[in-house]
Amino acid sequence: MSPLLETECLYKRFGGLVATDNVSLAVMSGEVHALIGPNGAGKSTLINQICGELHPDAGRIRLDGRDITGESAARRVHLGIARTFQITSLLEDASVRDNVALAVQACLGGNLRIWDRRAARGEIWRETSRLLESGGLDDRAQARCADLSHGEKKQLELLMAMAAHPRLMLLDEPMAGLGHGESRDMVDRLGEIRKETTILLVEHDMEAVFALADRISVLVYGRIIITGTPDEVRGHPDVREAYLGAEDAPC
Amino acid sequence: MPRLLAALVILALFAAMPEVASAMGQSSLMTLAARILIYAMAAASLNFILGYGGMISFGHAAFFGIGSYTVGILAHHLASGEPLFGIIPGSGDMAVTLPAALLVSGIAAAIIGALSLRTGGVQFIMITLAFAQMLFFFFVALPTYGGEDGTIISSANSVPGLNMRRKATVYYFILGVATVYFLILWRLVHSSFGEVLKGIRQNERRMTAMGIPVYRYKLFAFILAGMGAGLAGALLANFLRFASPDIMHWTKSGELMIMVILGGVGSFFGPILGAAALLVLEFHLAGWSEHWQLALGAILLLVVLGGRGGINGLLARLAGGRR
Repeated sequence: MSPLLETECLYKRFGGLVATDNVSLAVMSGEVHALIGPNGAGKSTLINQICGELHPDAGRIRLDGRDITGESAARRVHLGIARTFQITSLLEDASVRDNVALAVQACLGGNLRIWDRRAARGEIWRETSRLLESGGLDDRAQARCADLSHGEKKQLELLMAMAAHPRLMLLDEPMAGLGHGESRDMVDRLGEIRKETTILLVEHDMEAVFALADRISVLVYGRIIITGTPDEVRGHPDVREAYLGAEDAPC
Repeated sequence: MPRLLAALVILALFAAMPEVASAMGQSSLMTLAARILIYAMAAASLNFILGYGGMISFGHAAFFGIGSYTVGILAHHLASGEPLFGIIPGSGDMAVTLPAALLVSGIAAAIIGALSLRTGGVQFIMITLAFAQMLFFFFVALPTYGGEDGTIISSANSVPGLNMRRKATVYYFILGVATVYFLILWRLVHSSFGEVLKGIRQNERRMTAMGIPVYRYKLFAFILAGMGAGLAGALLANFLRFASPDIMHWTKSGELMIMVILGGVGSFFGPILGAAALLVLEFHLAGWSEHWQLALGAILLLVVLGGRGGINGLLARLAGGRR
C-alpha cells in the first residue's frame, strides 16, 4: 500500500539550528501515526512544513503520490490536509457557531461572492449544526469564542478542522493543557475521528499516544530515530535513553 | 429593525436639507450636507478595509483624489478639445465619468494593494502613506492640470433629464448615489465575502488553515475600497467643480481615518456619524477660532479613551440603557 503522506529527506534550518534533519516519514492511509519526541525536537516545525506554513530548505512532500512541496498552505487544505494548533488559534470575537460556519463556508466555496446573503445559505448552517452536534458543542453555539474554556476551545479547533473533510489531519498537541477528564474525552473523540480520516498526531501525553497510535515515530534533534509499532518503540533502547527514560514525566 | 429606522431617519434628514437650508436662508448648510455625504462614502470605504478587514491604510485619500482627478482631467480635455494621450476624448457626461473614476481608482488600488499587502502592521501603514504621497507630488508636478493649484471644472457633469446647473439638483444626485452606495455596502458586508473578510481581521493564520488564500482576499477588498473612495472623489469634483492635489494629501487620509475612529471602527453607520461629527465640528469651531483643531484633538482624545465603538457605540449603549 502506498502512503497517504510522504516526506522525503525534508530539511529545514533556522540559522545554526537544524530543526528538521533529513526527515523521511510515511503516513499510511487510515492509520493514526504519532510523532513524539522531547521539547525542541522539531515536531511543530515538521507539522508546519507539512501544512505549508513553512517551506523546507530541501526535500519533497507528497500527498497520495502527488508532489505538494510548492503548494500554498491554503491550497493544501483543499487537497485534503487540515490541522489544529498547539496554541489554539480561533476567531476570538465571533461566536462558536460563526467560527464553525466560516470553516464550513471556506470549504464549500463561493467565498468571493459579494452579492449574496451568507445568512441565507442553508447548506452552511445545516452542516454547521451537524458538526456542532457531533462535537457536543451545540449547547455552547451562541457563546463568544473568547468565553470558552480551554478544553472547549480544543474541541472547537477539532471541529473546524473536520469541517474541511480532510484526508489527513495534523493534530499538534490536542491534549496540551487539558485536565485528566478532558484528556479522556479527547481520546474518545479522536477515536471517533480516526474512522473518517488519517491522523498525524503530535503529542506529549504518552497515555493518549499509546491508546491511539498504530505506529509511532520518534523525533530527536530533528531526526527520526525510529518508526514502529507502540510495542517496538516502547522497547527500543535509544528511545528510552533519548526520551522516555530521560524524563519520567514528559510534559 | 432599529437599524432600518435609523437609516430611514438619516435619509429623511438629508432629503429635507435643501428645503431647510433655504427656509433658514443658510445655503451653506446644503454644502455642508453634501460634503458629509461625500466624506461619509469615502470614510465608509476606508472602514470596509480598516474596520472589517483590519488593514490600516494610511493612504486612502489617494483613491479619493484619483476619482476626483478623473473627473477633472476628462473635463479639462473636453474643454480643450484635445484627447488625453492623443486617444481618449474628454467627457462631461456623468454616465462616462463615474464609471471611469471607478475603473481608474480600482486599477490604482490593485497596483498599490498588490505591492503593499505583501507587508503588514506598521510597514503596511507606511507603504500606503508613501504611495499616497507619491501620487500627491505627481499631481503637484503636473502643470497641465494646474499643478498644486488644481484644475477647475467649468460645470458639473451632465445627467440626462436633470438640470445639473442647479446646486440642489447636484445635491439630490449625490444623495441618490450615496443611498445606492450604502445599500450595496450593506449587502457587501453581509455577503459570503464580507464574512471571510471579518474572519481575516480576527485571525489570518486561522483563515489560512481553513483554506483561504488571505492575500488574494485582502487585495480584492482593497480594490473595492479604492473604487468606493474613487466614486466619492468623483462626486466631490462635481460638487466643488474643482480637483486639486490637496484632497490626496496625507492629512486627508488622516481626516478619513479620524472620521472612522470617531464614528466607530467596524460599524456600518460609524463612518456616516463620524463624517457628520467632524465636518459639523469643523463648520462651527472654525467660525470661533482658527485653532479649532485643538478643540477637535481634545474631543477625539475623549472618544478614543472614553468609550469603545466611537459615536456609534455610544448611541448603541444609550439605546440599550433605556430598555
